[in-house]
Amino acid sequence: MEEGPQSHARAPRPPIVQLRDSTVVYPGGHVGIERVSLSIDRGEFVFVVGSTGCGKSTLIKLLIRELEPASGSVMVAGKDINEMPRKKVPLLRRRIGTVFQDFKLLPNRTVYDNVAYALQVTGTPRGEIKRQVPEILRMVGLGAKIHNFPDQLSGGEQQRVSIARAFVNHPPLLLADEPTGNLDPETSIGIMQLLYRINRSGTTMIVVTHDSEMVDKMKRRVVQLHEGRVIRDQAAGMYASEEDTTEFAVRMRAEMGIDEVTG
Amino acid sequence: MGRVSFFFSEAYRALRRNAAPSVAAIVTIAITVLLVGVLVPVLDASGAKTNDVRDQISLKVFLFKQSEKSEVKALEEQIAGIPHVAGVDYISSAQALKILEADLDEKNILSALDNRNPLPPSFNVRLDDADNLEAVQAALSPTDPAGKPQPLSAAVEEIVVADQTDQIRQVTGAVKILLGVIAVLLGIASLFLVGNTIRLSIYARRREVEVMRLVGATSWFIRWPFVIEGLVVGIAGAMIAVGILFLGKVTIVDPLSEKFALVENLNTIAFGQLIVVLIGSAMVVAALGSGVTLRRFLRI
Repeated sequence: MEEGPQSHARAPRPPIVQLRDSTVVYPGGHVGIERVSLSIDRGEFVFVVGSTGCGKSTLIKLLIRELEPASGSVMVAGKDINEMPRKKVPLLRRRIGTVFQDFKLLPNRTVYDNVAYALQVTGTPRGEIKRQVPEILRMVGLGAKIHNFPDQLSGGEQQRVSIARAFVNHPPLLLADEPTGNLDPETSIGIMQLLYRINRSGTTMIVVTHDSEMVDKMKRRVVQLHEGRVIRDQAAGMYASEEDTTEFAVRMRAEMGIDEVTG
Repeated sequence: MGRVSFFFSEAYRALRRNAAPSVAAIVTIAITVLLVGVLVPVLDASGAKTNDVRDQISLKVFLFKQSEKSEVKALEEQIAGIPHVAGVDYISSAQALKILEADLDEKNILSALDNRNPLPPSFNVRLDDADNLEAVQAALSPTDPAGKPQPLSAAVEEIVVADQTDQIRQVTGAVKILLGVIAVLLGIASLFLVGNTIRLSIYARRREVEVMRLVGATSWFIRWPFVIEGLVVGIAGAMIAVGILFLGKVTIVDPLSEKFALVENLNTIAFGQLIVVLIGSAMVVAALGSGVTLRRFLRI
């Protein structure tokens, strides 16, 4: 499962995400993003940063077609998602995992049922669900809390459930909107480590955050937005060399001045 | 098949986990159905009674005793041809006497009158609606060129309108309008009451719907459990109401109906039929209410 990021040379496949001159105007005239052009290749790990209201979340909503651009186009895996019929939007969303700051778990379902729901919507047979859900929960480190309800879990654990749900369909693209926004630094590193691990298995990762310290330390591509425009796009040049997830976590903790502790 | 059972288990889960709103919805539906279940037979009985009274309004056309049979026959056809006339009954002198005897509960009127029947033969003219009385009356005595009303035929002695026709017409007319208004208001109120309760219980779960959309559930995948839930709530509420109605019928209405004619009319609507309609409409309203309300939260 642990393989290197997919090399760009493999095939002339289109970028997984491509925005061309996309502008979003909210009802009332507020401009979400303005003429943003952005191209993200398969297997990349990209941070989107910027202050509150700069259009980061607008970008996420644009990619799952919760919003439609006033002008410009949004291509996912080479297809303009705003040209697909509305009925197909759920199919798009099954191919894109989403993780949010507030976890967005279903409060009256157990951890197992929350993750299982993402498989149920695709019509996965029950036997398959019974096999896959515990497996993915073990992967995110929640094998023991499978029958707990969300309110019995810590913030970090809830976020792990939400990541498990986002990843259980093995989507080629995973979007995380402030995934560590509600979490303490140590827990945040654990979450980032998990996202990094998922990225290393081939899933393109777009992480929206305003935690600039974390971004600086991780040394990944950074897209900075300001008032709806891209003002910085530092590409792969500063990627840390091939690093496995344990090395990653050790380095992150060291750089952020956190001792190795459990929890 | 697996999908259908999934929808049912989802609906069951929602009912169990949202017990309070579900109970509120069930109680609301039960009360509404109960209200409708009581008022519909009452309205129906009142309507039937009102129509009974109105149907009694008729015109009597008295004929000269010595009229020719052919003349009478021709007049009967003429009257039957008048618009708004529902029917014409010929009442001979002998029949009139029998009716009088029955009314007075007195067997031997004829002998008291020296065996000479003074009663004239007559036509009883029934109307299609009491409101058309004037039109029929005018047709029975058309005006001559000089403007004076003339009887339709030489056989007509007198045209008589039943007493208190105007009062009966006014009162029954008002009652009919009132019953109609009550029925319409009741219908609207029930719809709003049930619709609003369902809306509230779904509104409380709109975040759940949002999450479902995020992980790529189709609209119908989200909607079916809610519709099934609505159906179950509708059935449960209607069953409770029908149970109470049945108890009420057995303990209150049935004993009374042996004594009072008006109460007896409550049974004009078959109880079984009423139950089927009530349960059916409660289910439809609740399920539709759930499905339609959800649309607002399903918009992308």
